[in-house]
Amino acid sequence: MRTDDRARPAGIMTPRQRRAAGLVLRYAALLALVPFFVGPFLWMLSVSVRETGNIYSLEIVPDAITYRWYAEVWSQYNLDRAFLNSVLVAILQVGSNLLFCSLAAYPLARLRFPGRRLVFMLLLSTMMVPFQLYMIPLFLMSLRLGLFDTLVGIVVPSAAGAFGIYLIKQYYETIPGDLEEAARIDGAGEFRIWSSIMMPLTKPAMAALAIFVFVQSWSNFLWPLIIVNSEDTWTLPVAIAKLSGDFIDKTQYIAAGSVIAVAPVILFFFLAQRWFIGGVTLGSVKG
Amino acid sequence: MKSSAGRDSQTLTAWAFLAPTVIVMGLFQFLPILGAFAVSLWDYFPDSPNNRFVGLRNFSRVLHDPAFWEALKNSVLYLLVVPAIVLLALGLALLVEPAIPFMNAFRACYYVPVVTMMVVVAYAWTLIFNTDNGLLNQLLVRWGVAERGVPWLTSESTALWTVMTVTVWKGLGYYMVMFIVALKAVPKELSEASRIDGAGPLQGFLNVTIPMIWPTVTLTAVISSISALQVFEEIYMMTNGRVGTTTLVYDIYTTGFDMSRGAIDFGQACAMGVLLFALILGFTTVAVRRMQGVYSAN
Repeated sequence: MRTDDRARPAGIMTPRQRRAAGLVLRYAALLALVPFFVGPFLWMLSVSVRETGNIYSLEIVPDAITYRWYAEVWSQYNLDRAFLNSVLVAILQVGSNLLFCSLAAYPLARLRFPGRRLVFMLLLSTMMVPFQLYMIPLFLMSLRLGLFDTLVGIVVPSAAGAFGIYLIKQYYETIPGDLEEAARIDGAGEFRIWSSIMMPLTKPAMAALAIFVFVQSWSNFLWPLIIVNSEDTWTLPVAIAKLSGDFIDKTQYIAAGSVIAVAPVILFFFLAQRWFIGGVTLGSVKG
Repeated sequence: MKSSAGRDSQTLTAWAFLAPTVIVMGLFQFLPILGAFAVSLWDYFPDSPNNRFVGLRNFSRVLHDPAFWEALKNSVLYLLVVPAIVLLALGLALLVEPAIPFMNAFRACYYVPVVTMMVVVAYAWTLIFNTDNGLLNQLLVRWGVAERGVPWLTSESTALWTVMTVTVWKGLGYYMVMFIVALKAVPKELSEASRIDGAGPLQGFLNVTIPMIWPTVTLTAVISSISALQVFEEIYMMTNGRVGTTTLVYDIYTTGFDMSRGAIDFGQACAMGVLLFALILGFTTVAVRRMQGVYSAN
């Protein structure tokens, strides 16, 4: 091989050299793209720690760093309350989706009963309807039911969803039947079979669903914007949008608030990356 | 007899499991969906004495409203994010597909915008696209590319395109993952066989890989068109519908909920929702047919 190399005219590479060059180019492209995807967040972070006066100057790490915008936006602009609300909404929404979707998916995957296909199709059909079509009647109903300006009102329209049912149902279908047959022969009731045998086996799908619902709930904007009125029920996205909609310039407050709003999710993402991305792939298997 | 009793009890069990979900989704998803079609035919406001059935009048008012046509035009224009998303996400997937050291870290970086809320993404990009003190204009001026700042978000000719780039940017990581999964499923023997047949890498990619991953291309195109037609948060945060950037959903929102823009009209907003639904359904049906036909014809 070595002699071959030397015999070649200059400028033409051996396959091995070409592969190495390809690898170098690939890493160069990979590295070059990192600032493209992370840069906007870093710039926002940089803006959020600057003193007034030089908030837009072109340096990533400013000379004087201050954290006071974080403290002030947290206590003076009600972000502490918005954060708490976002946490409560996320807990409610993840909890109810896990429970409802798991309960509904079980008979759809494992039991035989008339109307099974029809119910599944009907539930699935909600995936085709854009939320913006029915948000107005939903809003009018929520007014009547006393859900306006409440945290429960934020959660209820997405307390269960077709995607979650589909995801868990797919997973139930991969479990072999012998287990539940054995339990049935032992005289266990269907609810026992579900709660102590079947449901625990779907943990991977439940984890993927939990993360999917959490991200959705944490980012959800249009419905909370509509159904919430007073500052005490704002969630983080609503609080940040309202802050940025003010006429007074609050750049650093909004930047600091934004960092507070996304930091937990991004940290959580880097810790549990596999699970975040698993949801996408589980969901797109059959499409 | 016994087996039929067993089946009955299984039916009962099944419905007991389904009941909570059926009730919640029935009440808060199905009922309002039906309600939307109903309200679109009414002049409706809660507790108003003037509520009455008006037939298709809301639709005719929407269709005679120039603001609606402006929004529709922008929403259709917004579909241009779809080819951008498909091509760039596929390119990104090809870049990150090989299992070489640190690849997971790179993939994770590109995926960060996906897990970040759009409200914050839009704000972060506003800090970059601001005319006077945005990062981009500062750099352009310093490097001598532009003499003064480009009004990215404040001029009719650029604002919608600027917001569209943010939509593309935020979604790339998600569609990249879908393409990685699809690329992994392409059998290595197939691309090797095409290479033995003397095909170059590009030919192999076009003749082997693309047909193999075409279902994912179709799925990606459909999902991204549905969300493109529903775009709202970027617009709300970055331009607030100014300088010719209203879209259908933005128009529905202002018609139904924004009191600062004049009288609220639920009936008309619902009629626009019905039209949006029809547009999404029609467009995706045609798109799926067309795209499925590409490789099944030969």
